[in-house]
Parts: sequence; C-alpha cells; structure tokens
Amino acid sequence: MSDELYQARIVALAKSKTGAGKLAAPTKSARRDNPLCGDRVTIDVRLADGRIAEIAHQVRGCLLCQASAAALAATAVGRDAAGIAELRHDAERAVGREAGKAHAPFDAFEPVASHKSRHECVLLPFEALKDALS
Amino acid sequence: MSFDVGAVRRQFPILSEIIDGKPVHYLDNGASAQTPLAVLDAVRRYETTGRANVLRGVHRLAERATELYENARADVASFLGVQPMEIVFTGGCTAAINLVSHAYGQLLKRGDRILISELEHHSNIVPWQLLRQRSGVELDMLPVTTDGQIDLGALPRLLTSETKLISLAHVSNVTGALLDVRKVVEAAKSVGAKVMLDGAQRAPHGPLDLNALGVDFYVFAGHKAYGPNGIGVLWARPELLEAMPPFMGGGSMIGRVTLAETTWAPPPRRFEAGTPPIGPAIGLGAACNWMAALDWTATHDHEMGLVQRVLDGLQKIDGTQILGPASLQNRYPVVSFMLDGVHPHDVAQTLDSFGVAVRAGHHCAQPLMDRFDLDGTTRVSIAPYNDNSDIDALLTGVRHAANTLR
Ligand SMILES: Cc1ncc(COP(=O)(O)O)c(C=O)c1O
Repeated sequence: MSDELYQARIVALAKSKTGAGKLAAPTKSARRDNPLCGDRVTIDVRLADGRIAEIAHQVRGCLLCQASAAALAATAVGRDAAGIAELRHDAERAVGREAGKAHAPFDAFEPVASHKSRHECVLLPFEALKDALS
Repeated sequence: MSFDVGAVRRQFPILSEIIDGKPVHYLDNGASAQTPLAVLDAVRRYETTGRANVLRGVHRLAERATELYENARADVASFLGVQPMEIVFTGGCTAAINLVSHAYGQLLKRGDRILISELEHHSNIVPWQLLRQRSGVELDMLPVTTDGQIDLGALPRLLTSETKLISLAHVSNVTGALLDVRKVVEAAKSVGAKVMLDGAQRAPHGPLDLNALGVDFYVFAGHKAYGPNGIGVLWARPELLEAMPPFMGGGSMIGRVTLAETTWAPPPRRFEAGTPPIGPAIGLGAACNWMAALDWTATHDHEMGLVQRVLDGLQKIDGTQILGPASLQNRYPVVSFMLDGVHPHDVAQTLDSFGVAVRAGHHCAQPLMDRFDLDGTTRVSIAPYNDNSDIDALLTGVRHAANTLR
C-alpha cells in the first residue's frame, strides 16, 4: 500500500534541503510556530533594494513543512513582498484553498489538498517569511 | 477464565468497519478508546426508555433516570474499590483535576507547595499554575529519568513540610511508565501531604483498589475507558470531600438557598452543580462493568504481549528509539518512539494510509518534550481488543516510512 500524500516530488523537495541553514548577516529574520503540531520555522533574509537577495530557513517540523520551505527558498530570490504573495497564491491553490492551478514547484503539494489537518504545514514557511518582510 | 481476543473484538462494532477502503487498526486508545456494545446499549436504553432529568422529578421517568444514574455511580465505585458516595461525576478528567485545584485549592494558603512531575499531561500542570496565580501556592517538579519514569529518587529533596499535595500520573500518557505508588504514598505520609493520581491512562486497564493504594484523590476520563465522551470521575476520601467547598454553584449542589446565604449539599452532590451528564455517566457505569467482567491477569498478559511485539518489531527497524521503559517492567501498554530522520507527524500520516491510527506530537506533555529536546513522538496505545494484526500493520507502516521518507 503506497501512501498517496508523500509523493516523490514532495519527498525530493524536502530532501533537497534548498536554503536550509542560517544566513551569516541577515537583514531580517522571523520565527513562526504552529501551536497545534509544534512545527517551527525560522526564516532569514538578506534584502537588497526591497528584494530578497538571499534566503535561508531552519525547520523543526514535518516533511511537508521542510518541502515547502525548500520550494520557497528555490523561488524567493529576486522577489519583493508582492512577488512572494504570488508564490503564496500558488501554494494556496495547490492545497485547494484557492481556485486555479498551481505553478511549479508548488503544484507538488496538490496531494495535500485532501489532508486538511496538514495545510498549515505547507503554509507555515510563508507565514514566517511574511513576518520577516514586514 | 482466559482471554479470547476474537470474542472481545466482536463487541466493538467499529473494529470490523472498512473505512475509505482500509481496515481499522486502532492504536490510539490513549487518546480515546472505542466503545463496546454493552455501553452503547446502556446509553440507548436510558435515552429510549428512561430519559429524564435526575433528582428533580417525582414522575416515573425521572425516578428511573435517577436510579440509573446512581447505579452508575455504584458501578464506578465498585470498579475503584470504594463507596458510591465518594464518587463525583465530572465532565472529564481535566474537569476533575480542575475541580480539585479549585475546591481543595481553597483549603490551601500562600506558601503551601504542590509537587507534580515533568511528565504530566498539561491537564495536571496548568490547573496548578492557575492555582498558583490565584492563591500564591508554590509548584515543585519531580524530574524524569532517561527512560521516561518519574524520578522518585528526588522525593526527599523536593518534599517539604509545606508540601500539601503530590499529584502525579499513575501511568504516563507518553512513556507508559507505571508510577511506584507505594513509594510516593510513603513519602507523602512523612510530611503529611495528600496524594492525587491522574488515572487517565491506568483506569482503562482494569479494576483498582484505591484504599489499598493509599492515595487520597483519583481521577480518570470515561472516553479513554471505553465509555462515552463528556464524563469523568473524581474519587476522594470522604473526609476530604466533606472538607472541600463547592467549585461550581447551581442546582442540585445546595442544602437551602436564600438570597442572603446558601448551605451546601453533602458530597458528592455538592460537586455536581446543574444537570449532570446523565447518559454518559450511565454509559461509564456500563463500561466499568464491562471491564470488571474481563479476566485482567489474562488481559494484561495479552496487552503486554502486544507491547513486546511492538518493542521487538521496532528494534529491527534502523534508527528507532523508544521513549520509555525498555522492557515490560514498570510499564503499561503505551509505547512512544522516534524514527530517526522522520518527523512523528509523517510517521503517523504514513500509518494512516495503512489503516493504522496512532497519535503523533507532543501529547499535551510539552515539558516532557523539552526535557528530551524532542519535537514529538509517535505513540502506540493498546487496548484489550488489539491483536497481532494491528501490530503487524503498524510495523509494516513504520518500515514503509523508514524506507521512503528519509
Ligand atoms: C494522563 C492524562 N491525563 C489527563 C488527560 C486529560 O483527559 P481529558 O482530555 O479527557 O480530560 C489525558 C488525556 O489525554 C491523559 O492522557
């Protein structure tokens, strides 16, 4: 019996660990906890002219949260807050909270749509990044 | 008598359901156990042939309801080896602990101390922190050993003549460790402290003799003991119940009410303000009778045999670690483990795809997670109706998670 949720792309994103770690000299960082499941994400960003020049994340949490943070790190550089909001729409579409088709890499999270209790795992890195950018 | 797991399973309708194409391997009994037909029937009988309020009516339905409710109190008392009038029905285990923290808390004064432990469920931590805020009592914490037991070696250091209450989990909802009650009671006596046990994880595993245990308060939850939701039990020594003021005010708990002053009813009614959870209490009485009818020597052996199967199976999977006693000594059938490189929620989610229900996370015991610097654990909690196939499905799922998620 294979598990439908943990499809190869999600597992590969998590294992890629893209952006995992800390920045030496972050402009800003922010931490977000999910009190329900205990997942914890810290995001560091270095900003140049209001855009993300470098990003790193430390995730103490599940595979979905790690995969989402890696996908975010892979796509965030060069974006400002509005550009990150676009990525968030993608993540929200993937888990079925918004209508429409998600773009890569966030379309990898489509299998999470039917697991409501895990949506927050995917969205937590976005929450932390929003705090870091505000 | 002996133990026939097939016969037990047939009494739990949910165990033969196929849900979303998957069988039910229910190993989350520590969160909520399943309910046997005997309990469902008792509740249905009340709801269909005796539903009315208790203690208030003279009509026959009210009398019947009152009798069923009081019979349930007697059944629970008999399960605990105590007298019916020493049993207070509450809304749950958490409600029972809060009742004690308020009512017994009224008898405490600033500077008095309460001793709990690092492995307690939040419901045996937070009510005492709230009492500390209200009345200035102090809280002390027994530490936990590396194998997840309360370290009673620290008792002499932490007990003082100001310690008025020691409140500990009889069985840990995370590690499954069984408390050495005799040692706690002896130490408590030496300073004149009372002992309360949180029996949420012990009561579902057979009758108790609370007087022989020598404790002063005992609490547990109906829904973990094969009974309905919304019902819990507080037992306390009669002289303590007698000394405690009410927690909540309302109907049924009074002697006489005038606008100037109200006198209290004697226990247990003093602590059962308002309409109680009548159907759930009746269901819990039936659950206690159901448990009492099992041969617990054989049942315990069956449960612990399954624990051994879990421990043996996990040991063969690379990177697993048990949080709790490594052997069957001093433990009950709750097993927490970590799988190196895989988050507990991902283990639990994978298990769900195999039809295996377990709990993952901090189990409402965050101080214990902090003690071991853990995000959480995956917890397997076993009931008499579990069998080898449940454990084998569990182990298959854990192996699958180990092979695919790291
Ligand atoms: C040891 C322990 N104490 C207390 C509780 C609280 O029980 P309830 O939520 O039913 O009030 C639980 C339930 O998880 C428990 O395991």
